Amino acid sequence: MDFDFTDEQNMVRDGISRLIREQYDFDTRRGVIASEAGWRPELWAQLAELGMLAAPFSEEDGGFGGATEAMIIMEEFGKGLAVEPFIPSVVCAGGVLKHGGNSAQREEYIGGIISGEMVFAFAYAEPRGRYDLANLETTAKADGGDYVLNGHKAVVIGAPWATHFVVTARTSGGQTDKDGVSIFIVDKAAQGVSTRDYATVDGRRASEVYFENVAVGPEAVIGEVDNGLPLIELVSDEAIAALCAEACGAMKVAHEMTVEYSRQRKQFGTPIGKFQVLQHRMVDMFMEYEQSVSMTYMATLKLGDDEVTRKKAASAAKVRIGQGGRFVGQQSIQIHGGMGMTDELAVGHYFKRLTMIDSEFGNVDHHLKRYTDLSAADVPVAAE
Amino acid sequence: MNLEFTEEEKAFRAEVREFIENNYPQDIGTRGVDDEMGREDLLAWHKILGKKGWSVPAWPKEYGGTDWTPTQRYIWGEENARKNTVMPLPFGVSMVGPVIYTFGNEEQKAQHLPGIRSGDVWWCQGYSEPGAGSDLASLKTTAVRDGDDYILNGQKTWTTLAQHADWGFFLCRTDPDAPKPQMGISFILVDMKTPGIEVRPIKLIDGGHEVNEVWLTDVRVPATNLIGEENKGWTYAKFLLAHERSGIAGVARSKRGVEQLKEIAAAEMLDGKPLLEDMGFAQKISQLEIDLSALEITELRTLAGEQAGKGPGPESSLLKVKGTEIQQRLTELTLEAVGYYGAPDFRSFPDDGSNDFPIGPDYAHHAAPTYFNMRKTSIYGGSNEIQRNIITKMILGL
Ligand SMILES: Cc1cc2nc3c(=O)[nH]c(=O)nc-3n(C[C@H](O)[C@H](O)[C@H](O)COP(=O)(O)OP(=O)(O)OC[C@H]3O[C@@H](n4cnc5c(N)ncnc54)[C@H](O)[C@@H]3O)c2cc1C
Repeated sequence: MDFDFTDEQNMVRDGISRLIREQYDFDTRRGVIASEAGWRPELWAQLAELGMLAAPFSEEDGGFGGATEAMIIMEEFGKGLAVEPFIPSVVCAGGVLKHGGNSAQREEYIGGIISGEMVFAFAYAEPRGRYDLANLETTAKADGGDYVLNGHKAVVIGAPWATHFVVTARTSGGQTDKDGVSIFIVDKAAQGVSTRDYATVDGRRASEVYFENVAVGPEAVIGEVDNGLPLIELVSDEAIAALCAEACGAMKVAHEMTVEYSRQRKQFGTPIGKFQVLQHRMVDMFMEYEQSVSMTYMATLKLGDDEVTRKKAASAAKVRIGQGGRFVGQQSIQIHGGMGMTDELAVGHYFKRLTMIDSEFGNVDHHLKRYTDLSAADVPVAAE
Repeated sequence: MNLEFTEEEKAFRAEVREFIENNYPQDIGTRGVDDEMGREDLLAWHKILGKKGWSVPAWPKEYGGTDWTPTQRYIWGEENARKNTVMPLPFGVSMVGPVIYTFGNEEQKAQHLPGIRSGDVWWCQGYSEPGAGSDLASLKTTAVRDGDDYILNGQKTWTTLAQHADWGFFLCRTDPDAPKPQMGISFILVDMKTPGIEVRPIKLIDGGHEVNEVWLTDVRVPATNLIGEENKGWTYAKFLLAHERSGIAGVARSKRGVEQLKEIAAAEMLDGKPLLEDMGFAQKISQLEIDLSALEITELRTLAGEQAGKGPGPESSLLKVKGTEIQQRLTELTLEAVGYYGAPDFRSFPDDGSNDFPIGPDYAHHAAPTYFNMRKTSIYGGSNEIQRNIITKMILGL
């Protein structure tokens, strides 16, 4: 049992936390999300230079770490509400490539991700698929050795900033079959790709992405044709662990801000933090945060375990974080009173991000069900 | 004990339903977020009701009330919620109106009540200040007597829709040396066009402009705008707050909200079936409906008490707490129901009029902002913590 970080991991945390603290204060972020671009490409370049975009990759792929490094980085992202696409580009596309790419694909694309020259978005969700990763209306039809993609991907986070997409599509079978799913890399500039861009309510950018007879060669397929789902599930569990870490960072700051506000704000001649009902509420927030950290560690540490263990851990963490994030977010607003409702104060933005994290990669209900289904498949038989 | 409506009440329901059906303007903006509706949209139904004589049902008949029983008023609210009408705003009709006809003089009644009834005059509520929220009695805005005028200085905040207001009712300190802070406060009506008033917008987390700061610098107001007696304003304010709370349960609107939630859940698909047929989600809706029934019957019991002559007491705090919790839960479930499409910020959609590539279903566009916005309900109108304090003191006697 060991919950300590290595010296190297502590250095990653120090580096990223300094960067966020010094260059990502709340006013800067406000400016960034209101800007035309909606993110900071120059910060991305700086992250690449510091080696942060290499953090979750093995040495073989040009990196130096794994999931724990991604967790550390995303926790710090969460504290500063950074909008840059670490999860879509580095964790998701990077994950698909590192687990499923051949050596040529890894060299080309992981190299591009680490250097920051390529930015990926993960186009997996569909308008009618809800959280089912296999429910795909997007098709890729084999045409000789090539494939032709058609379909519509929903709310693709970071797509406006992307140079490339990792796209899930059906190569055979029925709309929800587990078999027949494949993964493709598509250049955003490819003929037939179009996007409709917009901002999200939590300050990021996303697109509806449309593929109309987009032709790609066999080298665009990552992993095995028709058997992409296990890889998609693995990567989405890795994304969940990173997302949970982001939520922990956001919860921590929201909680701290609230405790601090309750010290400063006086009503009835006393700081509101002296009212016991608020004290206990803030204690409950603290406990939610601590439990969320624990679950995030667990999900991260079990990413390499067998499939059922990994999936259950990721789902369990996502459930806990969805619930804890909602509680911490809502109570942060409540204890701030009217001030919590304003766009001007940072706390409301933490609340919004915590709210939206629940709907990414499956919400509480989805993961509670997934966990239950996985447990049901594994019922001990009672002795007669 | 009887939960049935009488024949007369059923006939009344038929009558108001028909009136709403035939008279509610179809072109009122229905986008659902207050600040997207302009002043005219927000007042349109009010003005029609004013002409019909139904804009201020709860007022005494001599001032234009309808003499409906509390049950009839309840039916009226239900029928309006059914049609999702944009009801008259509370600031004139339920707040300052009752204060004026109860504590105002004849000139004040003659000057102000007709405009409130007709919907021609828009009122805002100037109570809260940066330093005085839950502890309203600590307010600092001053009104100093100068000849026939008061001169007002200070800052109000969270003033809902003051950007449209013609008049405001303000609580001001007239006696800084009063033995208790509550005893030095006066209730003053202010024409919002008076020089020295500046209304500054506050943007909320849902992106809307619903509340404002109101800055008062040497605002000269005729002393005839004082309601009742100087330094007695707290009494009038408390009277008003009781009125504000009784409407706040919002049962009829929440019932309509549950219907809308079901419509959304019927359209959303999960594992090849409507979300509404998913046992987990369906049970969450059932739970909400059950909580709403409990609130509804509790409100009906309160109404029955009122009908029997009991004024709204501290029980109204229960209606406020439970009513707002249900309103918030409703928006929470709606956001859950829409899945990924809760994320797009509709305010950022390109306004090119093209509908070729809609960004998710229309019903999803307001799910997140409405959820964010409804966090306000447990904060305003006396926060839910304050309501629980009231019950602790007034009902439990602790
Ligand atoms: C959208 C919106 C619209 C509004 N519209 C208007 C309007 O039109 N006119 C107007 O005058 N005002 C309006 N208000 C103001 C509203 O009435 C105040 O926000 C409310 O009274 C709370 O005050 P506060 O915001 O200063 O919070 P605070 O009083 O600072 O409260 C902060 C937190 O402390 C808690 N707290 C305070 N005292 C106690 C206690 N004794 N025990 C336990 N907990 C306590 C509160 O419950 C809250 O959680 C509006 C507010 C909002 C958000």
